[in-house]
Amino acid sequence: MATTSSFNTALYGRRRVKNIVAKSLAYGATAFGLGWLVLILGVLVYNGIGGLSLDVFTENTPPPGSDGGLLNAIVGSIVMTILAIVIGTPIGILAGTYLAEYGRHSKLAMIVRFINDILLSAPSVVVGLFIYEIVVAPMGHFSGYAGSVALAVIVIPVVVRTTEDMLRLVPDTLREAAASIGLPRSMMIMRVAYRAASAGIVTGILLAVARISGETAPLLFTALNNQFFSLNMNAPMPSLPVVIFQFALSPYEEWQRLAWTGALLITVTVLALSIIARSLTARKS
Amino acid sequence: MTAVANTDAAGTTVATPQVMHAALDASKLKEKISIKNLEFFYGDHRALKSINLSLYANKTTAFIGPSGCGKSTLLRILNRMYDLYPGQRATGEVSFDGENLLRPGIDINLLRARIGMVFQKPTPFPMSIYENIAFGIRLYERLPKSEIDDRVEHSLRRAALWDEVKDKLNATGLGLSGGQQQRLCIARTVAVKPEVILFDEPCSALDPISTAKIEELIDELKQDYTIVIVTHNMQQAARVSDFTTFMYLGELIEFGPTATVFTTPRDKRTQAYITGRFG
Repeated sequence: MATTSSFNTALYGRRRVKNIVAKSLAYGATAFGLGWLVLILGVLVYNGIGGLSLDVFTENTPPPGSDGGLLNAIVGSIVMTILAIVIGTPIGILAGTYLAEYGRHSKLAMIVRFINDILLSAPSVVVGLFIYEIVVAPMGHFSGYAGSVALAVIVIPVVVRTTEDMLRLVPDTLREAAASIGLPRSMMIMRVAYRAASAGIVTGILLAVARISGETAPLLFTALNNQFFSLNMNAPMPSLPVVIFQFALSPYEEWQRLAWTGALLITVTVLALSIIARSLTARKS
Repeated sequence: MTAVANTDAAGTTVATPQVMHAALDASKLKEKISIKNLEFFYGDHRALKSINLSLYANKTTAFIGPSGCGKSTLLRILNRMYDLYPGQRATGEVSFDGENLLRPGIDINLLRARIGMVFQKPTPFPMSIYENIAFGIRLYERLPKSEIDDRVEHSLRRAALWDEVKDKLNATGLGLSGGQQQRLCIARTVAVKPEVILFDEPCSALDPISTAKIEELIDELKQDYTIVIVTHNMQQAARVSDFTTFMYLGELIEFGPTATVFTTPRDKRTQAYITGRFG
């Protein structure tokens, strides 16, 4: 310890105490937040793993009081998610490209960016009601199409945001280099900028998949549910989140067990998607 | 040419960077680019003031001057790079083989294919070494694969990179060292068959050995191309250039054969900058 006359031991001591207090608070907050997460995952695994069997993937949802699986719900979820991504991704990428490459500082881009941010945090139940009004009501019935459109509305802002962010990370010097050999702007974006940002854009799409695979509210008002196996997108379609919602609230033990298992399935899928997404971007940098 | 000692106002001797090329008689040379009354604006700020300058075919011209003097700005006008950014504009005339390249309606992409550029930081595209070069060729020419292969090899040889990469042409260009990446960028520029190559501080991010290689390359390239180089390094300007332009606060202070500018500058500011007393 320094012993020069100007060294103020009391001042240094006070600073140390402050440091310890701040550090403990930060660690405490982290532990509090993570603790709940671990608890949720623990309960989920504890309750869900028991019901996990081959039947879950080969049998359809059962009537009350008998055994069954989640096949129709899993397939419904996958089909609607794929269609939602097919609808939402091109729109999201194109809008993100406009914001990052063409609009950048224009007034229109600022407005689009602001609205996109609102859409990004809009309650998904509002999205469900909105699609009910503009798709379900005119069609006269619930359908898988309506469910996909509702999910697509949730996909779009996520993809817009990540596409813009990732394209902005591409250095302007690379754009100038592309221009310097006479590359027109559109080709510069498609052949150089997209390639440089590809891992990030794919990550955004995966995160969007993760986001919609757990959404219940937008499907309740659009795809509704279906007790039977169905690939008809023009009819009500089952999905994992809605089945979980319905079964978890039911008084039947078999249904409750399937709800736990379904919840575990969704959680594991989302976790896997997040890990893939993270490793994609990590490898890039 | 030997190092020349300069005597400043106080009578002390100061070292001047060694000049490599003998003074040339500009009247016997062919003008490639001729700049008249050029002004440049970033929004309302006038960054270049009434520039008049000739760039000669198959010669190297260096732009020197302290940071912010407008030398990079001037360089970026020559291939209309400033067009990428809103709010930037140029007035006056820049005639390239007789055609005013500031004229509205000129095909900017074609212009940039004829006037190539190498940047301060190496900027390989995120693709293979081969594709980095073939990409530019395919933009303007439909060639059979074998001819593209030849052009890629020729360009890489021209950039003194062939021997180092010939066994890994399909590897990503991003895996090369900084100096190799910069030579890859030179090869990419050469592959498009430009007439003029602009270098914007091409060595400032490189180590001395890579710098020496690039300088050697610039000297060879001027047999086929007209070269313009912006540099902060006085020694580099003296080594590689035939003509030197000294700029200060957006004005062109002095232009002439490098040997003359470096040994007997007409302007006091040029002398002060060259001998390292400001900048």
